[in-house]
Amino acid sequence: MTTAVRAKGAPRTGVDWFLLVMRVGLIAFIVIGLLGFVAQQIDPTNAWATWRHGDEGAARLSWAQFQGLVVTGLSQGAMYGLIALGYSMVYGVLGFINFAHGEVFMIAAFTGFIMSTKFDQAGWWDSGAFIPAMLFTIVVATIVATIVAVVMERVAYRPLRGSPRLIPLITSIGVSFFLQNAVILLFGPGAKGYAPFPDWLDKDRINIWQIGESDTGVPEYLLSVENKKLLVIVVAAISMAGLWYFVERTKTGKAMRAVAEDKEIASLMGIDVDRTIVTTFAVGGAMAGIAGILWGILFKSVIATTGFLPGIKAFTAAVVGGVGNLGGAMAGGVSLGGAEALAPLMVLDPWGIEGPSQLRDAVVFTLLILVLLVKPTGLFGERLSSEDRA
Amino acid sequence: MSDTTDKGTPILEFRNINTHYGAVHILKDVNLAIYPGEMVSLLGGNASGKSTTLKTLLGMVTPTTGEVVLDGEVVNDKPTSYRVERGITMVPENRRLFKRLSVLENLQLGAYLRNDKAGIAEDLERIYTMFPRVKERANQKSGTLSGGEQQMVAMGRALMSRPRVLLMDEPSMGLAPMLVQTNFELIQQIHQEGIAIFMVEQNANMALSIADRGWVLQTGKVVLDDTAENLLANPELRKSYLGEA
Ligand SMILES: Nc1ncnc2c1ncn2[C@@H]1O[C@H](COP(=O)(O)OP(=O)(O)OP(=O)(O)O)[C@@H](O)[C@H]1O
Ligand SMILES: [Mg+2]
Repeated sequence: MTTAVRAKGAPRTGVDWFLLVMRVGLIAFIVIGLLGFVAQQIDPTNAWATWRHGDEGAARLSWAQFQGLVVTGLSQGAMYGLIALGYSMVYGVLGFINFAHGEVFMIAAFTGFIMSTKFDQAGWWDSGAFIPAMLFTIVVATIVATIVAVVMERVAYRPLRGSPRLIPLITSIGVSFFLQNAVILLFGPGAKGYAPFPDWLDKDRINIWQIGESDTGVPEYLLSVENKKLLVIVVAAISMAGLWYFVERTKTGKAMRAVAEDKEIASLMGIDVDRTIVTTFAVGGAMAGIAGILWGILFKSVIATTGFLPGIKAFTAAVVGGVGNLGGAMAGGVSLGGAEALAPLMVLDPWGIEGPSQLRDAVVFTLLILVLLVKPTGLFGERLSSEDRA
Repeated sequence: MSDTTDKGTPILEFRNINTHYGAVHILKDVNLAIYPGEMVSLLGGNASGKSTTLKTLLGMVTPTTGEVVLDGEVVNDKPTSYRVERGITMVPENRRLFKRLSVLENLQLGAYLRNDKAGIAEDLERIYTMFPRVKERANQKSGTLSGGEQQMVAMGRALMSRPRVLLMDEPSMGLAPMLVQTNFELIQQIHQEGIAIFMVEQNANMALSIADRGWVLQTGKVVLDDTAENLLANPELRKSYLGEA
């Protein structure tokens, strides 16, 4: 078992003390940061704030800023959650982490780029035909991602079925490099910009309930959400609900859960194990495909390495939620996105750390370390089965 | 030798089966046949190849040579699902429920290959009547059940496929002595519904007392093949399996 938790009754070794100090230290850092945040919201020139920030004290976070961060966190977190599902499902049925999954996401984002430029040339993109063009783009990207995931399983992983899990794991890193370089070969190493989205999607916002005005006369709202982020959250939520229904309520989903638990007995039930594994890759690929388009909507550009960081973060989300647990992957993604958006200003800034927003990636990986230190099975993780799962 | 005349075609048959795990030779030239509606028992010590026999019958393990025959058809290259569809199933050793799935989902998976909704609902009701305890626990994760309850679910799951032959791998393992008795009565009850039973047991006395015929396996070889009555009277068997001097 991968557990940082000491066996009961065993004496503490140096390593145990180190882990204990890490655990306590990290949690204290976060708690003090949060307390400092509350204090500087009440009085930006309190003793702690002037100690950390100098005499003029800390900057208060306005409601508008705060809710903006929450929405940003939710939209990116939802995207991480969608990708995380693929990691988690494949781990569930095959017991290894498919590190090439981030590349499936990247290829979908690339497909979105190609489709958007084609539609733009045809004059559909910035016109009344945008919505059908967008829907079509989502469908095509999802199909492409599904195909990539299925081919990957067939070519790279199926021949390795039954070998120790380290082998497909390492293969997946190879597959990841292969796909990245294939994309560079086809499209070049530069960043590709999507055709500009219509303003109503990219720039406009939905404002709910004006609560006041800022000093410069800009109205402030209880909720002010950019349409594109709202769209991302809605699409992700619908996809997750669809996946949940598929896994929990359909016969194929039930077969998938059975295969994840015991392949031999699943085959005794008459389930075609290989086909179920293919379905798992396909569904995970489809989710990554949708996430790829959501990435395009949010960031409007894609590059061959686009899959790397979101992929690693989604993997982190899967671990945070408990690998193999689908609800956990979704929750892990959303909490990770939220933490990434909020922690720089709510934990790091009160400590007086300069440019905290540059440290978003550090926040994610610190969170990963924290989860591994405190609850290695993930927040919602069940104890892994005895079926040779290190 | 057992009397196999006028029983018709066997449902299941081994013809000179040899099974290996890697280089290790497990089953050695095994021949056996199970006829419709009978109750047969496979006895043998630990690691003699009993579970391997059942897995080979079902196609979960592929024999190196020999033929597995189902209703007169050689099915060596047919997958497990093909055989399950044609009426064989198994209650595996240690029950092997899907622990993270609910009791009801386990039972539904037993009927995975069936499409007759009405029939499935009917069989589910029948199993609930047979095991009221299972009905009470239908929505509970099966991993939370007691060993005895899990045994009921495992039997129920197997019956949900409407088998003609039910293979059972040590069904009384891990049950309290009182439950073992109930369990054997249950097996008899299932048998009386016309389902052929092929039972692997360590408890030779109990198994032979309800079986028609039996085989004894020793390091992968069939060393005895006789009626249950004769086997029970066999001094050699009494010595090695019934612990008599
Ligand atoms: N998957 C496998 N790979 C390699 N060897 C195996 C495998 N399964 C079983 N064996 C070996 O094959 C031999 C026969 O095993 P089998 O499970 O058929 O015995 P058994 O008669 O059912 O024993 P028991 O009464 O203990 O259940 C054993 O020596 C076992 O270690
Ligand atoms: Mg056995």
